[in-house]
Amino acid sequence: MADVLEKKEEAKDLLVDKQPKEPLFSKKNRKLLNDPLNDNNPITVQVLGICSALAITVKLYPALVMSISVLFVMAAGNVIVSLMRNFIPNRIRIIVQLVVVASLVALVDQVLKAFVYDVSKELSVFVGLIITNCIIMGRLEAFALGNSVWRSFLDGIGNAFGYAWILLAVAFFRELLGSGTLFGFQIIPDAWYLANGGFYSNNGFMLLPPMALITVGIIIWVQRARNTKLIEE
Amino acid sequence: MDVNKNSYTFLFATAMVVVVAASLSFAATNLKPFQDINVEQEKMQSILSSIQIQVERSEAPEAYESYITEAIVLQGGEAIEGQDAFAVDLAKEIRKSDEERLSPLYIADKEGETYYIIPLQGNGLWGPIWGYVSLKQDINTVYGATFDHKAETPGLGAEINTPVFEEQFKNKRMLDSNLTFVGIDVRKGDASTEYQVDGISGGTITSDGVEAMILDCVKEYVSFLKEHSGKTATAALISE
Repeated sequence: MADVLEKKEEAKDLLVDKQPKEPLFSKKNRKLLNDPLNDNNPITVQVLGICSALAITVKLYPALVMSISVLFVMAAGNVIVSLMRNFIPNRIRIIVQLVVVASLVALVDQVLKAFVYDVSKELSVFVGLIITNCIIMGRLEAFALGNSVWRSFLDGIGNAFGYAWILLAVAFFRELLGSGTLFGFQIIPDAWYLANGGFYSNNGFMLLPPMALITVGIIIWVQRARNTKLIEE
Repeated sequence: MDVNKNSYTFLFATAMVVVVAASLSFAATNLKPFQDINVEQEKMQSILSSIQIQVERSEAPEAYESYITEAIVLQGGEAIEGQDAFAVDLAKEIRKSDEERLSPLYIADKEGETYYIIPLQGNGLWGPIWGYVSLKQDINTVYGATFDHKAETPGLGAEINTPVFEEQFKNKRMLDSNLTFVGIDVRKGDASTEYQVDGISGGTITSDGVEAMILDCVKEYVSFLKEHSGKTATAALISE
């Protein structure tokens, strides 16, 4: 009887050893990347990070730079906190997360000032406000503190892309309808404008923050109408 | 290892702060030269924009070289030697007394005409405001003006850096008929004479700041400019 038990135990050990390592992009890991894009989007579903989505989506270029900055802060922040997760004293963990995010943001701010000065002027306080972006602190606290480095990295990238695509979508409509340009290139032909005897005029209202809120609202509407998982009883 | 011990917590916090401080200051020191170039180019861009020359920031140094013929520093109304006009920090200078204050002056040559560019620095509602105003050779008529601000309210005080506000200053005058310096009056909506411009609705304190800034900064230059521009220009002015 004892023999049998021992054998069973051995077999279990073997089983653990033999279990194949989880592939880098297993189904579970892919979910970390895909979920925030749609089913669990930080802006449209969790309604986090709205502040910057309203403020810097007048033009595509600043929105893109903001997205890249958030992508960097989110991925690097998640990785760093995940690396330290077993060493962070529980009582000061929020402070530690804040310090990690704040230093990454300070770094991003300095780099922007050095290499894309005009954009950094346009983004002004909003770069600094990445620190207070709820998406980032939320992911550090809820995910990176309890998961491996690779999974945290994927989670960070996933959420940053979820944030980015909404930002870019909003900026696309606001720049196209508000200024008639995309990335600064003119899309609406000059001849269409009223001033040149045409029929078209840019909608100045698109440049104001309320239209960003309405655009986000429309995106949420479309998303909820199409995604059955999000339909509430 | 118990990560929740008090001693460990203190140790962790200390180590974290040191590492963060070291890496951030390393990054800041290394990026400073790049940032300084940007700030310098932007300053050149603003100086040029006050004589109605709009250039891209990257092309500013070249254009600055070709248009700005002279940059001098005044102290107590006299030109002094050994100072780099471009490097003078006006934000510090305006707090000094009139005798000690260094005032940079840029002289530009555009299509054969001489223009005097005077840097301005003052206070708005929330923070510093600054700008450049260029005078024609008669040292009286404004050729162009450009303003900027650090933190004025968007839509209100921040409007001082819009063309709508800046364009008003063109062809306004700084000296009255006795050639006494009077500055430009930023009015609340009833600007009519050539010494007045309209302020910004809802931005009264910022508008007043612009007026005070012009009075405070330009007065340093009046006596020097009168001499420098020569008596012919002044005479022409009186006969006008």
